Amino acid sequence: MSVANRPVHRPLSPHLQVYKPQLTSVLSILHRATGIALSVGALYLALWAICASASPATYATFQSFNTSILGRIFLGGWLFCAFYHLCNGIRHLFWDAGYGFELKDAYRSGWIVVAVSLVATIVSWIAGLRLV
Amino acid sequence: MNSDLRSPLSRARGLGSARYGVHHWWAQRLTAIALIPLVVWFAVSLIMMSGADYLIVRAWVGSPVVMVLLTLTIVIGLHHGQLGLQVVIEDYVHGDGWKLALIVLVRFTAVFFGLAAIVAILRIGFGG
Repeated sequence: MSVANRPVHRPLSPHLQVYKPQLTSVLSILHRATGIALSVGALYLALWAICASASPATYATFQSFNTSILGRIFLGGWLFCAFYHLCNGIRHLFWDAGYGFELKDAYRSGWIVVAVSLVATIVSWIAGLRLV
Repeated sequence: MNSDLRSPLSRARGLGSARYGVHHWWAQRLTAIALIPLVVWFAVSLIMMSGADYLIVRAWVGSPVVMVLLTLTIVIGLHHGQLGLQVVIEDYVHGDGWKLALIVLVRFTAVFFGLAAIVAILRIGFGG
């Protein structure tokens, strides 16, 4: 067998059907999910600037969604996604730099991310709703 | 040699499965680092602005420092999002046609909304 045709022994991905969820795997998929949500949120942020530049009437229409129950859930959810993706993104940057790969470190940093993003979200919700 | 997961040819080329080397990876990290302070600033501003009316929002957006930071947040955020969505599409969409079509759609959408947001911010700042 020539060198070019020699099979390459790559690792296989785990099959999701038989895979027991762990903190590390759940946080990993949550990073993707919040990333996708934030991409939509970035478009919404752009739309906000566009509406603010258009006219008072356009902005009022936009704001009427923000102040509705659905809008509050949407913006509150955006804040959680932002805080979670931010904290877990910093965790990823530490991994990229070569730190925190031990299993106990991965779990410890994972729980820190969960705690910080939840506390930041709750504090922002309380602060935001008090100002409304 | 056997422990290397890449084929000898791909190792020599050093461009990886996406054929662009580490450019995508590096751009994703740079935008991530830039977004750390920007997202914290924006989240705090968003909370402070809850309940603000049209004129307050326009005065805020139109101040020079906010114009710069807001433009950076939207443009770098959209760029980072587009890079991330590209990876998700590459991982989960398997047909080459669909994969390419979705990546192009994501890019075009990001550029369109990014440019529209920049124009909007400049209009508010310079009183259009």
